[in-house]
This record gives sequence, structure tokens and C-alpha cells, in this order.
Amino acid sequence: MSHTFLEQLWIARYVVMNGIGVTVSISLLAILAGSILGVFVGLALVYGGVVLRLTVRAYTDIIRGTPVLVLVLASYYVSAAVGLDLGPFSAGVLALAVFCSSHVGEIVRGALQAIPKGQTEAAKAIGLTFTQTFTSVLWPQAMRQCLPAWVNTAAEMVKASTLLSVIGVAELLLRTQEIISRNFMSLQFYFLAGGLYFIINYGIEHFGKYVERKTALPS
Amino acid sequence: MGYTLNFAAVWRNFDFLLSGLALSLGLAVISILIGAAIGLVVAFALTSKSRFAVVPARVYVTVIRNLPILVLVLFVFFALPQMGVRLDKIKSFVLVLSLYSGAYLAEVFRAGLLSIPRGLTEAGLAIGLTGMQIRSSIIAPLMLRNVLPSLSSTIISLFKDTSLAAAIAVPELTFAARKINVESFRVIETWMVTSALYVATCFLIAAVMRFVERRLALPR
Repeated sequence: MSHTFLEQLWIARYVVMNGIGVTVSISLLAILAGSILGVFVGLALVYGGVVLRLTVRAYTDIIRGTPVLVLVLASYYVSAAVGLDLGPFSAGVLALAVFCSSHVGEIVRGALQAIPKGQTEAAKAIGLTFTQTFTSVLWPQAMRQCLPAWVNTAAEMVKASTLLSVIGVAELLLRTQEIISRNFMSLQFYFLAGGLYFIINYGIEHFGKYVERKTALPS
Repeated sequence: MGYTLNFAAVWRNFDFLLSGLALSLGLAVISILIGAAIGLVVAFALTSKSRFAVVPARVYVTVIRNLPILVLVLFVFFALPQMGVRLDKIKSFVLVLSLYSGAYLAEVFRAGLLSIPRGLTEAGLAIGLTGMQIRSSIIAPLMLRNVLPSLSSTIISLFKDTSLAAAIAVPELTFAARKINVESFRVIETWMVTSALYVATCFLIAAVMRFVERRLALPR
């Protein structure tokens, strides 16, 4: 058995890369599904009728009041108990997507409600239908408002993807634990994992700032 | 399908869940108190004029906020012993959650500090207060009132983060739920009740914070 950290890292290089790949796929899938669902949640919260609005409000409040780890465990065990054989990966991604949707929903709701009422009235006055008002007046403005918070949520999702290690999804953190169980270099390899997560999240944060600058209205 | 809900096993172990919840709340309260102290100091450092204060504070906040908390938990519990620092699981978790909440609360407090008009500091100087006195008796109290709404959402999210202590077998609520889950196989019931306990606690925290906010509101 070789002894230096670099030698151990070289041995484990494919395992680490594989873990990064799985972490990135989990995060991308969860952000994508969660954002699409979240836009509908936001729309329902702002424009829904009473029944729809209260139902969706209950959904977001329950999801936001439950820790992500509980969502992940519940999704994994409950889906198996009701005979839906999702497997750890899909069950975990489902839990993260649901979690993401509640956050995106609130972000979209906030952004839509921040648009002055006069805009909708002006659109009505020039004869736009609601769909037209939404797609060409409200949504472009709301998008801009959403962006910084949405990027934050994306970084949250990468961090939350570590929780899937608990149900046995071989993402970066579980891979790291596996490597450590072979070479006992817990300090070095947890440090490595931390560094990799930091790089991913810091990258997302900076990308967010860049996009924000690019899409900002001239002031 | 054809699943019939049966809560008997969950109710039989309900006191186990409740003691888990009590431990979760205890972990949250201690960590948030330590974190608030760290956060306050770091926020003053972040808004100070000296680079020697700003840079380390910024590094701390950026590093902690970009790391998954589970990685920190595992690092402190499994890797620090290699450096000769051996903490039991509860102390490890409190250390991690305090550092974690410190970084998040620092950002909350920083935003609050920036919202305090400069004139107040100048007024304090004019009546002969020292910088420390101005911070402790003028700026901090006003800032705390300003940040109460974002403080409450940060506290709620930190309370939810106590669930990660289950990863190092601290017997808090999520750990208790997993145990009941495994022993009774009443999967759906266990997670329904556990989630309800978390949601109810979060609502309670939000209500308490709103009450505090109303009580402390400045007369307008």
C-alpha cells in the first residue's frame, strides 16, 4: 500500500471524477425539474383561485418547514413502501426537485408581486390578453428579479446533493467516504471534497453575478 | 397499493420522537447563540475600514457558505481526530452548526449594519462615546431590530439543519424517526409525523419571532 496522499489520490482519481459527475448530474436534474415545477408553483400562488392557492400554499409551507434530509429519507423509504420502485438516485433527485420547487415558487411569487400593478393595467389598456401581458410584460421583468435568488438556490442544491449519500447514492461525498474507508486518510480526502464543493459553488456564485450584470437594466 | 395507515407504532414511540425534537431544539438554540456572537463580531469586521479585519472575515464567510454542512460535520467528527482534536458527537455538531450559523448570521447582521444611518455614529461621537460604546449601545440594538425578519428565516433554516446531526448518530428528531422507521416498518406514518413535528416547530419559531418583532418595533 502506497502512503502519500498524491499516490492515493492517483489511485482514486476515477472514483473522485465519477463522484463529481454524479453530484453534477443530481444537481442539474434537480434544478431543472425543480425550476419548472417552481414556476408553476409561483404562478399558482399569485394568479390561482382560492382553492388552488391554498393547496399550493400548504405544499410550499410543508416542504419549506421540513429539513431536506427528512425529505430525502421520506422520499426514499415511502416510495419503496408504496411499491414505487424508484431506487435511491431517482428518489433522491425527486426529493431535491420538490425542495427546489418550493424555493423557486417563493422566488417567482415575490418577483411577480414586486411588479407594480400599473404595468398590468397599462397592458390591459392597450388591449393585451392576460397571456400576452404575462409573456411580454411581466415575465421578462420577473426573470431579472428572480435571477440572483435563483442562482443562490442552485448553489443550495449542490450542497443539498450531499444528503443523497445517506441513502447510498454514490455522489462525491459517499465516494469520498469509500476512499477514506480504504486508505484512512480522512483529513486529506474530506479536505479534498470540501475544496471541490467550494470550487463548484464559488463558480456558480460568480457565474450568477456575471449573468446579473449582463442582464441588468441600464441605470 | 392498498396501504392502510396505522399510527400505533409511531404513537408507541412518540416520546422517543419528542425527546429527539427536544435535542434538536437544544442543539439549535446553543449553536445559534454561539453563532450570533460569532456573526456579530464578523459583521463588525466586515463593515470595518481596516483590511486586516475585512479580509479574514470575508474568507471565513465565503468558505463556510460555499461548503455543504454535511461535509463540515463529517470533517469535524472523522478528520479532526487525526489532528489530535477529539470531540464527542454532540460537541462536534454544535461546533459545526455554530461556525455555520456564524457565517450566515454575519451576512444578516452586515446588511443590518449597513442600514444604520451614519449620522447616528457621528451623534455618538459628538456626545463623547467611544467606538465600542457606540457599537454596543446605539448601533447593535437598532441593527438587531432591523434584521429580525431575515433573522427569523435564518434561524428556521438553521433549526432544520440540526437534522444533519443524524449523520453522526446524535439522537435528535431525524435520527429517532429513522430508528422507528427501521424497527416498525410504518414508513409513511413515521415520516408524516416527523415532518409534521418539524413543520409545527418552524411555524412556532416564526410566530415567536413575529411576536418579538412586534414587541420591539419602534413607535412610529
